[in-house]
Amino acid sequence: MSSNATKDHPQLAAIFNRDEPRVDWHDETLWWVRAKRDIAAHKLPEWELLRETASQIKNNVLSNLSTYLEQFEANAINNGIIVHWAATAEEHNKIIYTLLEKRGISRMVKSKSMLTEECHLNEYLLKQGIDVIDSDLGERIVQLAGEPPSHIVLPCIHKKKEEIGDIFHEHLGSAKGESDPKILTETARQHLREVFLTRRAALTGVNFAIAETGEFVICTNEGNADMGAHLAEIHIASMGIEKIIPERKHLGVFLRLLTRSATGQPITTYSSHFSKPQDGKEIHIVIVDNGRSIQLGREDFRNSLKCIRCGACMNTCPVYRKSGGHSYHTAVAGPIGSILAPNLDMEKYADLPFASTLCGSCSNVCPVKIDIHDQLYKWRQVIVKAGYTPKAKTLAMKGMAFTLSSPMIYRAAGKMGRFTFKYAPFAVNNGANPWYKHREMPKAPEQSFGEWYAKRKENKK
Amino acid sequence: MSSRENILAAVKANQFSQADLPCLEVLSTLTATNDNLVEKYKTIGSAGGSFIYEVADYAAIQNILHKEFKPSVKIISGIKEMNEYTYVADVKHELSHSFADVELCILWSGLGVAENGALWLTEEDMTVRVLPFIAQHLAVVISKTNLVPTMAQAYEKIGNATYGYGAFISGPSKTADIEQSLVIGAHGPRSLSVFILP
Repeated sequence: MSSNATKDHPQLAAIFNRDEPRVDWHDETLWWVRAKRDIAAHKLPEWELLRETASQIKNNVLSNLSTYLEQFEANAINNGIIVHWAATAEEHNKIIYTLLEKRGISRMVKSKSMLTEECHLNEYLLKQGIDVIDSDLGERIVQLAGEPPSHIVLPCIHKKKEEIGDIFHEHLGSAKGESDPKILTETARQHLREVFLTRRAALTGVNFAIAETGEFVICTNEGNADMGAHLAEIHIASMGIEKIIPERKHLGVFLRLLTRSATGQPITTYSSHFSKPQDGKEIHIVIVDNGRSIQLGREDFRNSLKCIRCGACMNTCPVYRKSGGHSYHTAVAGPIGSILAPNLDMEKYADLPFASTLCGSCSNVCPVKIDIHDQLYKWRQVIVKAGYTPKAKTLAMKGMAFTLSSPMIYRAAGKMGRFTFKYAPFAVNNGANPWYKHREMPKAPEQSFGEWYAKRKENKK
Repeated sequence: MSSRENILAAVKANQFSQADLPCLEVLSTLTATNDNLVEKYKTIGSAGGSFIYEVADYAAIQNILHKEFKPSVKIISGIKEMNEYTYVADVKHELSHSFADVELCILWSGLGVAENGALWLTEEDMTVRVLPFIAQHLAVVISKTNLVPTMAQAYEKIGNATYGYGAFISGPSKTADIEQSLVIGAHGPRSLSVFILP
């Protein structure tokens, strides 16, 4: 992602938008997933009650987080799990490297964890000489392509099957030109089975950690987290501090919401509850803050910590669907990512809260009722006040303020505008004008309302 | 201060005043209908890619399995009554990796969920944790009296049971990562057969 570090959302979206048929395809695919979510949600008469309950449980979690974290830790230790704490991404990465290094392990298999994407764990371990293989099919595909995931649930949603076929041909030896998803999946199955059977360490994410019991839950459709974790000597689980839920029975609320919101499935194929390590093996859990406690203190934005990472807000977002996940240049893309990222680095991610139409669709589908579009609007105000808006935008706003401050200047500017539209339309109907993109410029009226009104008054006399 | 103390102190300083936990009772009573759980399970489970059979007894299960699997393949059973296969307790000390060539694994589940086709299996039911994942095919036997309507009742039933590991399994291993085309058989079993006993 380093090459994209200097580009902002509109610039990156412009790159994605060069291929219009692909944009349409991306848009339609995600809308199809969103439609499946609607069907699943409408099947449950208690859907809204479930959302409200989930939101209230998370509210309770955030108001008691320190107690729950300590309770979870004590119970996990009691179960034989080894608990680590990491204040930052760097510390998280170091803990994992140390665990591997101590055992002389140089190859690890990993199941999906957006937290490790956030911490850039793979790049870090690679520098230390550790080979990491992502085992979720979508993540493996983007890993082979040398790209980050573009969606938290559907990591390679931006890729066509022919492109995946080319990647597999190059790296996994599938036949040239093969693009049948069934055959490509079988190729990955054979390749990854070999990986699962030869790795001594497995890393997974955590979907839910239960304070009451000290167990944690991982949800997958492929079964890759289980294949990795059960075969390895050491299972390392990375979790953000916000993944805590109070009691085991609360899983009955969240597991009903998670996949219905994500893909329209009633539940993932596997919802695995890890409570104790297998005989002779180890489970380590790394509890990571990395800015989350700061977000907890920002009253306007703390609700974002309720997120259960279903991706529904991305699937429904008209901006995400038409600009692609990579245009957000952060691990968690889309509406929720645009709230989380500025907390980590306000300057670097100042563009993201502006990548929204504020239509509210994200808030409407959120299973834990996060006020996403309100928070995006609030971030804009914080960012403008902090002076992190792009120079062009600041200049334009200043110019606008100047023009609107005097009736004389306002009238003169209007006249100039109408003159330009009439006699030099090429000055506005060109690519340098962002308003010209994807739309026709309006025809300018002969006169302004002010002029018309004055004339009318004159005629009436 | 260690990171642990730093994090806990920061969290403590930034968390707001107490918000109460909601009551879950309404949710579980709303959905506590026991009508046609088998039918509902069959519909949802089939839609999720499982093969579901209502059978009278273990002999009927054997009959079906004889048709589907050659006698020469490696089959491991966690069910005592199905004694023509290798009994899992007899091989539990073997290295997990040695089960890579298991063609079929048959296990018992004591809890199934009608709303999503999920079956609850604990480490005790599996004996070897990797078995239901590493086998090429999985069969699960459940009694229809062990079906509940939704996850709300499922967790009521699990209660505060202790287990080293437990999983809800709701179908064959699958993925839709390539252009959203559903492909059955990602890393785990290529099929899930569910046998519902009276």
